[in-house]
Amino acid sequence: MNRPIRNIAIACLVLFAALLLNINYVQFVEADSLNAKNGNKRVINEEFSRARGAILVDGKPVAESVKTKDEYKYQRRYPDGGLYAPITGYFSYVFGRGGLEQSENDVLSGSDNRLFVNRVVDLVSNKQPKGGSVELTIDPLAQKAAAEGLERLGKNTKGAVVALDPQTGAVLAMVNQPSYDPNRLASHDFTAVQKSWNSLTKDEDQPMINRTTQQALPPGSTFKLVTAAAALQDGVVDNIDDEIKAGSRLTFPGIQYSLPNENGGNCGGDRITFEQALNVSCNVAFGALAGKIGQEKLAEQAAKFGFGTDPIEGLASNASRFTVGDSKLEAPQLAQSGIGQYEVAATPLQMAMVAAGIANGGDVMKPYVVKTVRSPNLRVLEQAKPERFSQAMSGSNAAKLREMMVSTVTRGTATSAQIPGEDVGAKTGTAQSTPDRPPYAWFVSFAGGDNPKVAVAVLVESSDTARDEIAGGRLAGPIAKSVMEAVLGK
Amino acid sequence: MTTAAWVPRKRRGAEFFLTVLAVFIGIAAYASVGLGVEGTIPADTYKLGGALIVVAIATHLIVRKVAPYADPVLLPLVIALNGLGLAMIYRLDLGRRQIDPERAAFANSQLVWTAVGIAAFAGILMLVRDHRRLQTLTYTFGLAAIGLLILPLLPHFGRTINGARIWVNFGPFSFQPGEAAKVCLAIFFAGYLVVKRDALALAGRRIMGIDLPRGRDLGPILAGWLISVGILVLQRDLGSSLLFFGLFVVMLYVATERPGWLVVGAVLFGAGAYFGYLGFGHVRVRFDAWLDPFGDPDRNGQIINGLFGLAHGGILGQGWGQGSPQLTPYSFSDFIAASMGEELGLTGLMAIIVIYGLIVERGLRISLTCRDAFGKLLAAGLAFSFALQVFVVVGGVTRLIPLTGLTTPFMAQGGSSVVMNWAIIGLLLRISDQTRRPAPEISTFASDEETQVVKLS
Repeated sequence: MNRPIRNIAIACLVLFAALLLNINYVQFVEADSLNAKNGNKRVINEEFSRARGAILVDGKPVAESVKTKDEYKYQRRYPDGGLYAPITGYFSYVFGRGGLEQSENDVLSGSDNRLFVNRVVDLVSNKQPKGGSVELTIDPLAQKAAAEGLERLGKNTKGAVVALDPQTGAVLAMVNQPSYDPNRLASHDFTAVQKSWNSLTKDEDQPMINRTTQQALPPGSTFKLVTAAAALQDGVVDNIDDEIKAGSRLTFPGIQYSLPNENGGNCGGDRITFEQALNVSCNVAFGALAGKIGQEKLAEQAAKFGFGTDPIEGLASNASRFTVGDSKLEAPQLAQSGIGQYEVAATPLQMAMVAAGIANGGDVMKPYVVKTVRSPNLRVLEQAKPERFSQAMSGSNAAKLREMMVSTVTRGTATSAQIPGEDVGAKTGTAQSTPDRPPYAWFVSFAGGDNPKVAVAVLVESSDTARDEIAGGRLAGPIAKSVMEAVLGK
Repeated sequence: MTTAAWVPRKRRGAEFFLTVLAVFIGIAAYASVGLGVEGTIPADTYKLGGALIVVAIATHLIVRKVAPYADPVLLPLVIALNGLGLAMIYRLDLGRRQIDPERAAFANSQLVWTAVGIAAFAGILMLVRDHRRLQTLTYTFGLAAIGLLILPLLPHFGRTINGARIWVNFGPFSFQPGEAAKVCLAIFFAGYLVVKRDALALAGRRIMGIDLPRGRDLGPILAGWLISVGILVLQRDLGSSLLFFGLFVVMLYVATERPGWLVVGAVLFGAGAYFGYLGFGHVRVRFDAWLDPFGDPDRNGQIINGLFGLAHGGILGQGWGQGSPQLTPYSFSDFIAASMGEELGLTGLMAIIVIYGLIVERGLRISLTCRDAFGKLLAAGLAFSFALQVFVVVGGVTRLIPLTGLTTPFMAQGGSSVVMNWAIIGLLLRISDQTRRPAPEISTFASDEETQVVKLS
C-alpha cells in the first residue's frame, strides 16, 4: 500500500503548494488593486488613522489633520470653513473625497511613489507613514476679498469669482457662493455627516459644485472680447479707431427678427469707432462683426482662448462652448453668438482666461492651482512650471484690445473697476437666460498694464438686487476691483 | 544470519523542547494582542501563560508515559496552531466588541474546549493502548458515523445556521457532529477496506490504460457517493460532502492500489458538483462568488472582506491587534485564515500553511512506516482528510476554490472541531507509537542450526 500513499503525499504537496502560490498572488501581486477597490473600509480606516498632509495657502493650512482621541487618531480640519472648499474639496469617511483631497490623494495620504523612500524609513522605524503637503497658488487676501465681495451682495447671492496671474496661469482666487463647510463632511460623527450630505446634495443652489470651473453659463457681453480678438486677428478691423457699423438695430435680410442694443440706444451713431463699440458694449456692432468674421473663424478664436477644453487639472471642470455640438448657425444666431448669447456658455474660469490672455500679450497660460508638492520632510517633490496653453492673438492685436478695455474702465461701462494709479482694463456683461429668471451679471478685468499682475472674472447669477438694477458693471465690478486691489497690495 | 534491528530513537527530549517553544509562540501572540489593541500586555499573561505551560508539559509527560515512541513533532505543531488560534480569537473578541459591545466573546469557551480536546487526546492515548483494537469495532464506528450524520436532521436536535443544517443542540451546547462523524468514518473505512481490499482489487477491466473496477465492486463507492450527496442535499453542507467523499475515494485507492478508483471518484464528484450547481441555489451562489466576487459586492461581502483583509496584510502583516480582521463576518471561525493573513501577513500565513503541511507529512509518514494494514489505512485517511480540509477551507477563504463551510483545524472557533482534531492527533500518535516501537522480542533462539531436532516418540 506504500505506492498509493506516496502518490497521496505528492498530491497533498501539490495542494499545499497551490495554497502557498495563491496567497502569494492575493497578498502580493493582487494586493495593490484590492487595496484600491471601492468600499475597502480597511484602507479608508487606515487613511483616517494617518497623519494626512496639509493643503497650504501662503504657508498656512487650509486643510490639515489634527490628533484626536477617538478611534481614528486624526481629524481632518478646514480652518477657513467653506472659503477654500471649491479647491480643497472634502475628506469624508462615508462619502470619500472631492477636490484636491481626491486628485492629490496620493501625496496627501503618503502613498505616492515619490514618497517610497519615506515609507520604507517609516516601516523600518515602525512609524505610521505620513503624507506630503500641497501648497496652493492662491493669494489669501484676494480669496478673502472675493468672498467678502460676494457676501456684500447678500446672503442669497449666487456667484463665483476667479482670479488668475496672467503671466503664469496661477489661480490667485477661486470663490463660490454658496459654498459648503467641508468640516461637516469630515466629522467622525457619521450620522451628522450623513445628514449634512443629504442637505447639501438636495440643496437647489448646489453648494457643492465648483461654479468657477463646472458651471458654464451664457457669458453675454464679456464674450465680445473674443469677437473683438477674432476681428483683429482676422483683419476685419485693423485699428481701434476704425469706424464700424453700429446703430440701434441689426437687421437681417428676409428675416423679421432684428438684434437690439441692451438699453435700446443706438451706441452713439450708425458708424462708431471699434473702441467706442467696446466701451459702450454695442450689441449691433459686435453682432455685425460676428457676421463678417463668420462662424468658423469665431469658433476657432474661442477655442484658442480655451473653449472646448477642460481648463484645469486636479479640479472637477467643464469645458466652455461656443456652439452645442456642430450646429450650423444662421445669420441671426451667429450675431447673437457674437455677443455671448444663443448657445455660447462659459465658466468664470474660462472668462478669466480670456482676460488674462489679452493682458498677457495674447498668450493664454494654462491655469493651475497647485504650486508646490512637498514630502513630509519638506523636500520639494514637484514645483509647478507655467505652461502656455496657446497664443490666442498677436502681441500687437492684444495691445490694441487691452487699450480698448482700459478705456472701457476710464469712460465706458466698467467705471466701477477704476483703481487710481493703475492701468485697469475690463469688460462687463449682462447675459439673458430664460425670461423667467434674472440675467447673469458678468465682469472680467485685468490690472497692471504691460506687466499684468492679475486677471479676474466675476459672475453673479442671482442676488437680492431688483431685476432692472442688474448690470455687470454695478454688481460684479466692485468685487473685481477689490480682488485686483488685494493682489496689487492696495 | 542476524540483522541488526533498527531501533528508533524516542526523541522525547526534542518534543519537550519544541513543545515549550510552541507554548511560547502562543503566549507571545497573546501578549502581542494586548499590546496591539490596548497598548499593554494583558494582566493575566503570566497566570495564563503559566497554566498553558503546565498543561503542555503535562500533555508531554502523558505522551512520554503512554506513547514513548510516538512522533515527536506532531504535538508541538498542534500546540503552536492551537495557541495562535486562541490568541486570534481573543483578538477578534476585542475587535468585534469595539464595534458592538453586545457581541459574544469566544476566547474563554474556546480555551475550555481546548482543554477538553487535550483531555480527549490524553484519554485516547491512555485508553486505546493498541490501535488495532479499533478494527474489531469497525461496524460500530460505521453505525456511529451514520447516526452522527443523521442527528442534525432530527426535528428536536437539529439546528440550521446560515442555511446549513449541520448543528445539534445538546442542552446549552451546540456542536457539529460532522467532525466526529469524519473520524468514525475513517475508522470504519479502514476496517472495512482491510477486509475487502483483495476483493475490490481483483480483476477489472482496462479501459484506455486505466484499470477500472468491476461493476459489482462499485457498490461501496456508490454508497459513499450517495452518503455525500445525501449530506449535500439534506444538510446543504458542501464542504463536508466533499470531504467525506474525498476521504472515501482516497482510502479505497490506498487499499486497492488501483488508480481506477480515483478516476471513478473524480467522475462521480464532477457529476455531483455539476448537478449541485444546477440544482441548488446556494451552490451556484458560492460558485459565482468565486468567479467574480465583485460582480455583486453586497452578497459577496464576506469573501470580498476576506480578500481586502489579506491584501491589507500584505507581506509582513499589520501586526497582532493592528489590522481590522473584525470587519469580516465570521472572522473568528470560517475566515480565521484571512484574519491571520491580515495581521501576520503573507509571511505568517505561509508559516501556518507550512505547519499544516508538516502535520499532513508526519501523518503520511506514520502511514508509510506502519506495519499493519489497518493502521496504514487509518493514518493515511486521517492525514489526507486533514490535508483536504485545510485545502478546502484555506483555499476557499483565499479564493483559490469556491468557498465552502469547513472549519480550520485547531484555529477556528468551535468546540467540536477542536476536540475532534485533538482526537485525530491522539490516534495518529497512537499508531505512530506502535510503528516506531521496537518489535517485541519473540524468541531468544539465535538460529535454526543451534536447535536440536528432538524426535518424540
